[in-house]
This record gives sequence, C-alpha cells and structure tokens, in this order.
Amino acid sequence: MSPQSPVARRQVEITNAYGLHMRPAEKFVRLAGQFQSDIRVIHHGNSHNGKSILDLTTMAAECGTQLELEASGDDAEEAVAALAELVFAQFYETQEGLDKDPVP
Amino acid sequence: MTARRVISPGDPDPERDPHRPPTKTRLSRRSRDARPLEVPVQMSQPPIERNRDQGRGSEPTARAIMQILRGIAVSPGIAIAPALVIYPRGPRLPQRSIDPAIVPAELVRLKVGLTAAYRDAQAAENEARSKLGPQYADILGAHAQMIADPTLLRDASSKIERDHLAAEHAVLEVLERHANKLEAIADSHLAARAADVRDILHRILVELAGDAPSSTLSDLKGQCVVLAPDLSPSETAGLNPSLVLGFATETGGRASHTAIVAEALEIPAVVGLGKFLDLARDCREVIIDGHQGIVILDPDPPTLTRYRGLAAERALRFERLSRLAPLPAVTLDGLAVHLWGNIEFADEVTVCLERGAEGVGLYRTDFLYLNSEHPPTEDEQFAAYEAVVRSMAGRPVIIRTLDLGADKIALFQSSPDLTRNPNPALGLRSLRLSLREPALFRTQLRAILRAATLGDVRIMFPLVTTVTEVRQARSLLIEVAAELATEGVALPKTLPSVGIMVEVPAAAIIADQLAKEVDFFSIGTNDLTQYTLAVDRTDETVAGIYSAADPAVLRLIAMVVAAGEARGIPVSVCGTMGGDPVYTMLLMGLGLRNLSMAPHQLPEVKRVIRGIRSEVAVAVAAEALLCDTSIGVLEVLNRTLRANLPDTPSGA
Repeated sequence: MSPQSPVARRQVEITNAYGLHMRPAEKFVRLAGQFQSDIRVIHHGNSHNGKSILDLTTMAAECGTQLELEASGDDAEEAVAALAELVFAQFYETQEGLDKDPVP
Repeated sequence: MTARRVISPGDPDPERDPHRPPTKTRLSRRSRDARPLEVPVQMSQPPIERNRDQGRGSEPTARAIMQILRGIAVSPGIAIAPALVIYPRGPRLPQRSIDPAIVPAELVRLKVGLTAAYRDAQAAENEARSKLGPQYADILGAHAQMIADPTLLRDASSKIERDHLAAEHAVLEVLERHANKLEAIADSHLAARAADVRDILHRILVELAGDAPSSTLSDLKGQCVVLAPDLSPSETAGLNPSLVLGFATETGGRASHTAIVAEALEIPAVVGLGKFLDLARDCREVIIDGHQGIVILDPDPPTLTRYRGLAAERALRFERLSRLAPLPAVTLDGLAVHLWGNIEFADEVTVCLERGAEGVGLYRTDFLYLNSEHPPTEDEQFAAYEAVVRSMAGRPVIIRTLDLGADKIALFQSSPDLTRNPNPALGLRSLRLSLREPALFRTQLRAILRAATLGDVRIMFPLVTTVTEVRQARSLLIEVAAELATEGVALPKTLPSVGIMVEVPAAAIIADQLAKEVDFFSIGTNDLTQYTLAVDRTDETVAGIYSAADPAVLRLIAMVVAAGEARGIPVSVCGTMGGDPVYTMLLMGLGLRNLSMAPHQLPEVKRVIRGIRSEVAVAVAAEALLCDTSIGVLEVLNRTLRANLPDTPSGA
C-alpha cells in the first residue's frame, strides 16, 4: 500500500482458551483475504502478515495475548473492525474450542 | 497430521474384534483391533526374519531370497502384487544453486509449481470430502491454504532472487523453518502441525519436479502394493484402491494415517515394520497379510501358492456367504435373530446394508474426536450423524456417546489426569468423562438430537457403572432437548430411546435396577471380560486368563439377559463375542436375540443361525453354563459348531 493509504489500528486480546491455533488462524486469514488492505498483526513488537496462516500460527499467541491489528489501504477501517470483531467473538468458538456458529 | 490415538499394543477397546475371519481382499473395517490373543503384536521395530531358502534348487537362476517381516496388522485381507517402493526423500532435488541468469524463469517455475500444488490440494480436498469424510477434507483444505500462503511465496521468491536458490530448495528452506518453529512451540496442538507443513512441502516439491515421477501414487501403471516409510494424508487420500492392493510401512501404529485410511478404503495394511525398504528395493512380488501383520518379500513358490490358495479360498467362501445377505437370520425352526452392524464411518453403512444388517447396533463416535485437534463442533458431528442416519433410511441407528479415555485419548485432551493415570481403565473415561465435561457432552447430545429428526436414532451411553450416572446423563439429555426446543430447533416428536452398554461387572450385577432406567441394554463383552477377570489383555503375563468364554463372564451375561427379559427391554451384544460365530449359538441359547458386529462378520454369523435349530442353541448354553473353565466352554462350543455345521473352517 502506498504511504498515503489510510491506516487503521486496533488493540485486541486473544481470549479463547486454545489461543490462536490452526482453526482461528484459518478464519482470520480467510477474513483478512477479503480486504484489499495490507493487514499486519503485531505481537511482541514483531509484525506478521495477517493474510499468512504460516505467520499467524508460528506466532503461537496463547489465550491472553495482546495483539495489535494494523491495516493500511482503502478499506483499512472496515478490515480492522471486522477482524477485531472476529477476535472479540473468540473466532466463534466456545471455550472448549467448538464452533458456535458456522463460519460466516 | 499426527497419531490421533495414544494407544497401547493390545488396544483394549470394548468392541474391537479379534476374530476377523478371512476375507477376499478386504472385508473388515476394524483395523485397529486388538488381536493379542492370536498373534503376539509387536510394536516399534520388530526383528526381521530372514528365511534363507536357497537350498531349494528348483530354480537354477539366482532367485531373490524370500524375507518375512513382521509388523502390526492394521487392516485385514491379503494382497499379492508387485511392490511400489516410495522412498523417504520423495522427489529428487536438483542442485541447490542456480545460474543468476535464470532467476526470472525460476520465479515463474515457483509460481507455477505453487499454483499446481494448490489445485492439487483442492482436488484432494474435494475427493477426500466424498471418500473419507470431513476430517480429512478439512486437513487438506488447510493444506491448500498453506500452499497459497503469501509469506511462502514472498520468502521463497526472495531466496531465489537473493540467494540464487533453485525453487525446490527455496520452498524447502522456507517451510522447514516454519515446521521447526511450530515444533518448538510448547502447545502440542500447534507443534503437531509441523507434519502438515512437511506434507505440503512434499506436495509442492512433486509439482516442481515437473512431470510427476511415475513412483507417485496418483500415477500408477498397474496393480501394486505400496511400501513406504509412512504415508501422508495427501498421499493416501489420492490413492486409487483398485490399483493399490495393500500398504506396508516402516513406521506407524494403529493410529497412523496409513492405518486409518487403509481401513476407510478397505485395503490390507501392515505398519510398524521397522526399516525394511532397502530390503524391498529390488523385490519383484510382495504378499501383505493384513490378518497376521506379515509382509513377505519375494515369496518362494510354495509360499506364494499357499497365499494364493488362502486368498482364493477366502474369496470363494465370502462369495458364497454373501448370497445369504438378503435372507433372514432365522433358525431352521423359525426363530429370528436380529443382526446389526457396528460402524465408525458413514461409508460403512453401505457394507452393513449389503450384508443384511437390520440397523446400526453400535455407531462409534470417538473417531470424530480422535482425529481432531480439538473437539468436533456440533455441526461437524451433526453432519457425520446425518450421513449415517440418512443412509440407513429409517432403519435404527444406535449412536454411542463418546468413549474416550483409557486407550483412546484425543489430542485436545491434554489434562494430566488423563495421561498420567497409571490405571486408565479404572479412571476418567467414557461416560465418566462426558459427565465431567458437560460442555463437550452437551454438544454431542445436541448433534444427536438434531440427527434424530432424520430417522430412527437411539442413544447409548458407554461404561455405565451406577444408576446415578444414567440419571445424570438422561437429565442432561432432557435439558439439552429443552434448550434446543427454546431455540426453535426441530426435534423428533418423542425423545430417542436411551440405552446403556453393560460392560462393567457392577452394571451387570445391578442390571435389574438399571433396566428400570433405560430402554435397552447392549453388552460390551470385551470390557466386561477385562473388568470381570481383572485382566489387562495387553499384559502378556496375564493375557492367558482373558477369555470371553470364562464361566464368570457367561454368568454375568445371563444375568443381564434375565434382567432385560424381566423388564421387557431388548438386550444385545455388540462386543467381540457378538460377531464371533463360535459364540453365536451360546448367545442365542442364553436368550439374546440381537447381535451387533463388524459388517464383515454378518455372513458367518448368519450362516450359523440359519444352520441350526433353536433347541441346539439352548442345549449348548445349558451345557456351557455347567462348565467350570473357559477351555471347557470353548470345547463345548467348537464341538457343537462342527457337529451342526460341518463346513466350518478350522480357523473359525
């Protein structure tokens, strides 16, 4: 994205019991892929590509981890809002790691 | 992918059936069965026997030496075919460095390879969805996503541009780094994913190698048996079962992919053979004996003849018996016995119906949990149950709620009490676990209740020990039904009937009290035997005591039948005994009218029923109950069986 692109940031906390494991990471990546914006996930000061399942799973973000979501691009605001909502909704999983809802 | 079960060699699962009768190519699904009483199961690296039969002199040319290898039988049947050896390295790698001049071409090659691998993974996903079910399909779907990963493309491209690496090496280095990172994570769920990363690596390398080498499984020229270090999910999912007649692998146990997929595809398989591929490299023909866990490389003519004979005999016998499928299971004097099938996967329903099962007497749901990095969702479970219930088209389906614990531990169960308990058979397992983890249990009950609108679904709780447990489970079921009703979810008009497995001696002893609480009993003879005799079958030093024919076990079964009759509720046997023709007359004589078994056992059991008069069964049971040793009981059973059905094969 060009430097002039709008940038949106949001602080989120992983609250589902199993952390950001494979299935939530897949959901995150799939949702992130729907936006044009470049999506970064900042964890312990390291920036990871929010559209990369390999990046997200190797972060090993456990329950309680604070992450910063950063999007830059025309739909940055929407992207960050949607992704933050996904995280806030615990990736639509219950504490036991079960799906609450079919994947949107 | 990793093993989904933590398993002990004997696998003391209740209904695993150790008496698999001979079959054509592959009849049974119970591949992870324990057969410790018949064949001493050898785990890990079994010794390799070399049968040096040079002195034969019948063939002047230097013939290869026959070698007999022992492993773990995970999927029965006999396969005889040329070997296809798949080497651990997979596709050959090119030189690591490339000429800087061809960097642009190499980048194109990388993209083409990734795209092809992505399409390949998607195709495999779709194929798996129809052939193997959602569990595998989801894994392969995740693979596709990893192949399409932007980080992979970026990092691999930069290695090509900056370090002048060949595309293969670029991908290899990027993915190995990720796999190693994943392995270093303490969280076992993620660490296990390293295997998936390596699997996609392999898939990409195959694509980059261009014209797929003829040794890959998707491009087979003719029938063969596959010999490999181990098989990955994507390799096995793409197999053509009409060409691949059997598997033999160096590693793996009953929970390995090879085992699970061989079972799903009904292909004979032996795993855990130890290093043997070097021995197999030049061999021309291989026999895989999935009954005994034996692999024979370059069989000598007598061995080959013997195995061909065995295979033909099995095929013939099975062919003959399969003609019984549409005929009712009634004795010569008209007493009807209801035969049911035990299943684990939706696609087993077809086999059940083909072989004349009236219903599914035991639908094991544990696989859903074992094969998942966390518990299956309600919708995933519903989809699995739905497939079974719909295929049975109104015939009864008895769904057993989760039976995890003891030998079967799902990946997501990381609780130390489960894994560290020195005596897991007496610990938190089955219904006890479900009641302890109500959220897990409720999800399953919700899925079952939803599926119950689609047919005749019944619910069975395993390992019931006390009346209180039944009451707790039932009230949870009612709660869940009420919850669904308030959510507006469609429910069956009446709640499904609820039964229990009688497999703890305590339950058999209080069967009269339990009979007031439930709608049916199903006797799980394997656990009942183990608990009654206090014998761990996997412990060789005491395994000799283990016998379902033990007088103590027979008395308990008789008690359960009597309690069921007194209360007017049906009683069935769904353990090993139910499918073993040796016990058919005895069980009938004890009063059982419902037997549930692995689908491949239906024909042999039906043959016994149709071949006798009911008074013979009554007499056998009376005589057996007078015996004071299991050997005495078996002697009575075998003698009567042979007297009444003279064509019984000696191995039965």
